[in-house]
Amino acid sequence: MITSTAWIIITAILVATSCALVGTFLVLRKMSLMGDAIAHAVLPGIVIAFLLTASRNTFPMLIGAGLFGLLTVWLTEELSKKGRIFHDASMGIVFTTLFAIGVIMISLFAANVDIDQECVLYGEIAYVPWDLWVWRGTNMGPRPVWILGLVLVINVSFITLMYKELKTYSFSPQLAATLGLPVGLIHYGLMGTVSFTTIASFESVGAILVVALLIVPPATAYLLTDRLHRLLLLAVFFGITSAVGGYYMALWINSSIAGAIAVVNGLQFALVFLLAPKYGLLGKKLAGRRIRKSGPEMISHPEPNDVRKSLS
Amino acid sequence: MDTLIEFFSLQDPNIRYVLAGTILLGISSGALGCFAILRRRALVGDAVAHSILPGVCLAFIIAGGKDPFMLILGAFVFGLLSMVTMDFISRNSRIAPDASIGMVLSVFFGLGVVLLTFIQTTGYIDQSGLDDFLFGQAASMVGDDVMVFGGLSLLILIVTILVFKELKLVSFDPSYARSIGYPVKRMEFLLALLMVLVITAGIQAVGVVLMASMLIIPAAAARYWTDSLRVMLLIAAGVGAVSGVTGSFISYTAPAMPTGPWMVVSAAFIFFLSFLLAPGRGEIARHIQKRRLSHKVACENILKTLYSMEEEDGRTDRLRPAKELRKRRHLASRRMKKVLSTLLRKGYVTYFRGTPDGYLLTADGRKEAKRLVRVHRLWEQYLSQHLQIAEDHVHEDAESMEHLITSEIEAQLRTSLGSPALDPHKSTIPYDSDEDEPAGGKSGDKHKQGGTP
Repeated sequence: MITSTAWIIITAILVATSCALVGTFLVLRKMSLMGDAIAHAVLPGIVIAFLLTASRNTFPMLIGAGLFGLLTVWLTEELSKKGRIFHDASMGIVFTTLFAIGVIMISLFAANVDIDQECVLYGEIAYVPWDLWVWRGTNMGPRPVWILGLVLVINVSFITLMYKELKTYSFSPQLAATLGLPVGLIHYGLMGTVSFTTIASFESVGAILVVALLIVPPATAYLLTDRLHRLLLLAVFFGITSAVGGYYMALWINSSIAGAIAVVNGLQFALVFLLAPKYGLLGKKLAGRRIRKSGPEMISHPEPNDVRKSLS
Repeated sequence: MDTLIEFFSLQDPNIRYVLAGTILLGISSGALGCFAILRRRALVGDAVAHSILPGVCLAFIIAGGKDPFMLILGAFVFGLLSMVTMDFISRNSRIAPDASIGMVLSVFFGLGVVLLTFIQTTGYIDQSGLDDFLFGQAASMVGDDVMVFGGLSLLILIVTILVFKELKLVSFDPSYARSIGYPVKRMEFLLALLMVLVITAGIQAVGVVLMASMLIIPAAAARYWTDSLRVMLLIAAGVGAVSGVTGSFISYTAPAMPTGPWMVVSAAFIFFLSFLLAPGRGEIARHIQKRRLSHKVACENILKTLYSMEEEDGRTDRLRPAKELRKRRHLASRRMKKVLSTLLRKGYVTYFRGTPDGYLLTADGRKEAKRLVRVHRLWEQYLSQHLQIAEDHVHEDAESMEHLITSEIEAQLRTSLGSPALDPHKSTIPYDSDEDEPAGGKSGDKHKQGGTP
């Protein structure tokens, strides 16, 4: 028998691992905020699914949310291309407008919609053990664990199958395009996994924690290594440790688990940001001192004439 | 209609407060949003809005209750702190700005949630409604709120107007501003300060997520109408104000409707209209421009085809049937008809019945065609002489440039090349002096490299 504590920790670990894996590519691709945008923009999708099925059944909601997630990605792309505005601005326009529409829909159907915007933003992982999946009379364990497990399997297989393509694409989309890789497919594949990961996760942990788990562990790992596979492994490591650490911190100070996980994420990043050997504050300071100590000959001062010669 | 009159007669003091509040919010966030968009920091507002939560909670804990002044102070301090943190991270590490925005947003908000649950479990008496601060309730704004709010907005607007020139320079070209001795850092800090101020003030009206959109959408809409920052600021402020009025009106007529989201949706609607309709930059205007250009290119290509047919057989009196033209220039027959009718109207060609029917270049038409062929060949010559591009590579580029080269550029090309007689493919470059005679006939071997203009 698995205790409810164990279920919560398992859920948190599943979320953290999935998020860290796809989040790594988001951070490399400089699209970190896509998770945030998707997490907010799916609200109308959830409401529509809820109205159509008249229940809080998870699968219709996942589908509705998934469609709106992809819609967000597509609209952002199109608006930024057609409307010639910066990517971040077009993302901001799309997701906030969709969120506003979602809120309006909720107040429009307030009488028969039992959801509110807070539930999207916060989520509550502590309720996971009671959301059971009963299949043919057998208790199969909490439903979120199954869904998140499935998402993790999809993410891992996507990344292993497309590893080389993703690697090229995330460091240089131009190179990937010149090499004849299916850039559009990679992009939308990645965005599809981001959107499903986000949606499957925020039901249990809330939108903001999804953003934290998508961005902070990969960014932390990014300060420690230059190799993609190490980056992925380190990101997963930071994700899992923050999930477990966050759970016990929440237990200790009696607070929200999701919030505590985000705080642990922040602490991890702060620590690495200060101490990382190569890209951290301390590492850079030491490197600067080493250069200064080793004397002026380390730093080359090209004469203007040399520069002119090398240019001609 | 009655509700419309009732609403705009402003009899109800409540309407007056709400309306004043939302309009002020729209104006100040619209104006400040322009700087955010131009500096590619559209989503910073989103992060600041989320990061305010721990500030509000801490202020609540310290003050032991919902003291509005303390809450705003707490929000302001944490908003500023989040701004400084984002900047510090992306300045001092290899983390890109978008990742640092996301990190600050989520970690600060997480901290806020922890504090919020802490407050709830510790059992403060009047903690309920603390998160209203985050989700916004414009309709419940009362006189005092609007006074505070109006004061803040006024302050923001005055400061923006006073240091407009400096802010403009810093937004467009910070390194230039630094090099001529502007206090760029201080200006950026001032901008951050104003931004945090407007977010802190606005969040109570429209909520966290929607505050970000009030910063982005009006400014993005304004961008379509103008290239001048001053005008853009005014338009953005106008869009913000109009969406404020619309939002309050809708929530007044249907009390169940929330004001904030409707403000955002109206702003988004205005944005969409601007995206479609704005002259010059709007989608429709650009579509028309594109069509016009492609029609012009097609007309010019047909002229050139007529001319090169004359060049080939050396005869200016032979009728050229439309069929033959279509064989050389693959145009759909409907398009060909349109192109030919334009050319007829302009007097560049004449139409003769005969066996078969056909078209002839007029003197004007020949002159224009010559000009096109001339700039085409001049450009080819320029490419091969000055840029040393192989002569079999210059044709495609010239094919598109010939439609764009103005008479000034042509004159420049001629002075820089010294009016050459031949192009890189040894075809004669036709100048206007040698009258109506088809020029190409004499040059013998031509178009070896596929250089038909």
